[in-house]
Amino acid sequence: MTALTLYLPLDSAAVALGADELADALVREADKRKLDLKIVRTGSRGMHWLEPLVEVEKDGKRIGYGPVDEGDTASLLDAVMGDGKHEKSVGAVEEIPFFKNQTRLIFGRCGVIDPLSVEDYEKHGGNAGLDKALKMDSAAICEEVFESGLRGRGGAGFPAGIKWRTVAGAEADQKYIVVNADEGDSGTFADRMIMEGDPFILIEGMTIAGVAVGATEGYIYLRSEYPVAARVLNDAIADARKAGLLGENVRGSGKAFDIEVFIGAGAYICGEETSLLNSLEGKRGEVRSKPPLPALEGLFGKPTLVHNVISLCSVPAILEKGAKFYRDYGMGKSTGTMPFQIAGNVKHGGLYETAFGLKLRELVEDIGGGTLNGRPVRAVQIGGPLGAYLSPRLFDLEMDYETMAANGAGVGHGGIVIYDDSVNLLEQARYAFEFCVEESCGKCTPCRVGSVRGVEIMDRIKEGVEHGKNVDVLEDLCELMVDGSLCAMGGMTPIPVQSAVKHFPEDFGIKPAKQAAE
Amino acid sequence: MTLASIIEPYVGKTGGLISALHAVQKEHGFLPEDTEAVAADVFNLTRAEVKGVISFYHDFKRAPQGETVVRVCAAEACQATGGRALVAALEKKFALKMGDTSASKDLTLEPVYCLGLCSCAPSAMVGDRLVARANADKIGAVVEKTKKERAS
Ligand SMILES: Cc1cc2nc3c(=O)[nH]c(=O)nc-3n(C[C@H](O)[C@H](O)[C@H](O)COP(=O)(O)O)c2cc1C
Ligand code: SF4
Ligand code: FES
Repeated sequence: MTALTLYLPLDSAAVALGADELADALVREADKRKLDLKIVRTGSRGMHWLEPLVEVEKDGKRIGYGPVDEGDTASLLDAVMGDGKHEKSVGAVEEIPFFKNQTRLIFGRCGVIDPLSVEDYEKHGGNAGLDKALKMDSAAICEEVFESGLRGRGGAGFPAGIKWRTVAGAEADQKYIVVNADEGDSGTFADRMIMEGDPFILIEGMTIAGVAVGATEGYIYLRSEYPVAARVLNDAIADARKAGLLGENVRGSGKAFDIEVFIGAGAYICGEETSLLNSLEGKRGEVRSKPPLPALEGLFGKPTLVHNVISLCSVPAILEKGAKFYRDYGMGKSTGTMPFQIAGNVKHGGLYETAFGLKLRELVEDIGGGTLNGRPVRAVQIGGPLGAYLSPRLFDLEMDYETMAANGAGVGHGGIVIYDDSVNLLEQARYAFEFCVEESCGKCTPCRVGSVRGVEIMDRIKEGVEHGKNVDVLEDLCELMVDGSLCAMGGMTPIPVQSAVKHFPEDFGIKPAKQAAE
Repeated sequence: MTLASIIEPYVGKTGGLISALHAVQKEHGFLPEDTEAVAADVFNLTRAEVKGVISFYHDFKRAPQGETVVRVCAAEACQATGGRALVAALEKKFALKMGDTSASKDLTLEPVYCLGLCSCAPSAMVGDRLVARANADKIGAVVEKTKKERAS
């Protein structure tokens, strides 16, 4: 029997576009032909408009076909067994500009290897960072992370090294590593993709963190909307234990570290770290007042290092190649790479990992290719539901923490949602309040009640009821929410609202007087 | 299995109450009325505490759901690709409002806030099946398929 190996993602996006049905159909077709077909289910390359993307190795290169559907199975097998020609061929996958121009320090293996093979992981450079870390003392690991300039990728952009030092310096009988895999921001899926496509990099990053700060237990707080990631992570953790990567004696170092996956229960606020810790303790996900900082009094009151998935997945490269190597990517105080997620109404949607400093225009127009339906781009929202709406007038801004902040926006978790010219920003601003009504933890009034008021005010502005007065009331309300909210849920809901008013006043029936003066 | 025997294994586990509630819901499709009392007893909590947890999270349902649950993403990337129209079309197709369950209990339609499929939006989940680049027909076909599978 002739043998054939094909690569096909198990990634949720590919599955949602028919990858599982395609895999079944390919097996049926191969059986018919007495072909010994092996399908390796990988992560996704992040070029989601090509999913399901089937790959085959030829002369050391991976050749891709996509998007493939069940109807293509016979012709596809003909092609890969023959001269390779097929109308859905995209050629060598790594030569596609979208892929080729990226700097993949985190996602280098995603889409390439079998995510559940420790052997594949190590063959492709995995665990090199951990091996270095295990030979260093804990303070030196923390310094390396500090020197790299890595900032938290969950949204706030706080320097990781400072948190590592704090947790490492705290005296306690037990410390914890907690991974924030709640990824609630719409327009984001980087955490999901890396957990599904290369789970061992997260395990490696967590283990390095554990060794550095003196924690022996780690938790991954995973949102319940990610069942594929849950399966892959649990399998990977079991494999890691078998391979001696987790357990009482990590890689023979004498150090202990183990990980458990905890599934959330559908609450956006549980992405906020103190709410997450309450939830992980089995309680209502109410936000805690800070101080105390979770780094000193976190899970069960013990020192806890809480990090976003991507923050921890950035760590292996920092340890392997050194802080300086990492710091040389990016600009200013935004060092390293960020996996930007291009979403919404976009032709080439997907994940694009690159050094900070790219212009927004490059991401939206050159890389994203504009809207899916070919209409003009009118707005983008950056950084999830609490992120700013920007107009194309601001597309020459660079994507880094400082530039975004200076323009009333934020990088957040790196999601960019693109809208065409049919968008109504008043509707979007109203939705921002609605979302806050739905997801507020209820602890403080400006957020709980203010968001309800916000929806009402938007409706009045829309209907033109006492328009001028309500525009002023809106401003006061936003100010109140910013000043009086305990956390960024209430405190940042005004960002999408006020940015929408500022950049798209016409949608609110406001004369764009200020615009002219800009 | 009794409620207590579903819940007991989670005592002493980190976040055990939430995992236990997930387990009950997996078994029953919702949280039967006794869940509150039994969980309180098993975890040595007050009923108010358990109730507080149940009511906090969107996932936990106190009433039976439809045999097939269709969750449609209501978040921004899906709005940008016609998500609002999709919701309207589904409400019409299934003669149901978002958040409601049909009288025959065969279908529940509810919103979800992002499935991480934002690059191939709009998206939905039918039972445990993910659907991207969704439209009403595509979702309808998956609902039919799911029903057929359950029947066989
Ligand atoms: C309402 C709200 C939601 C949040 N959601 C997330 C989330 O889904 N994932 C995440 O990593 N951080 C989220 N954060 C940020 C966390 O509170 C925290 O800053 C982060 O987990 C710290 O990790 P990092 O330093 O690696 O970014 C959220 C914050 C707020 C206020
Ligand atoms: S701002 Fe909102 S979400 Fe944050 S603590 Fe207050 S009520 Fe809870
Ligand atoms: S916004 Fe709908 S899947 Fe993310």
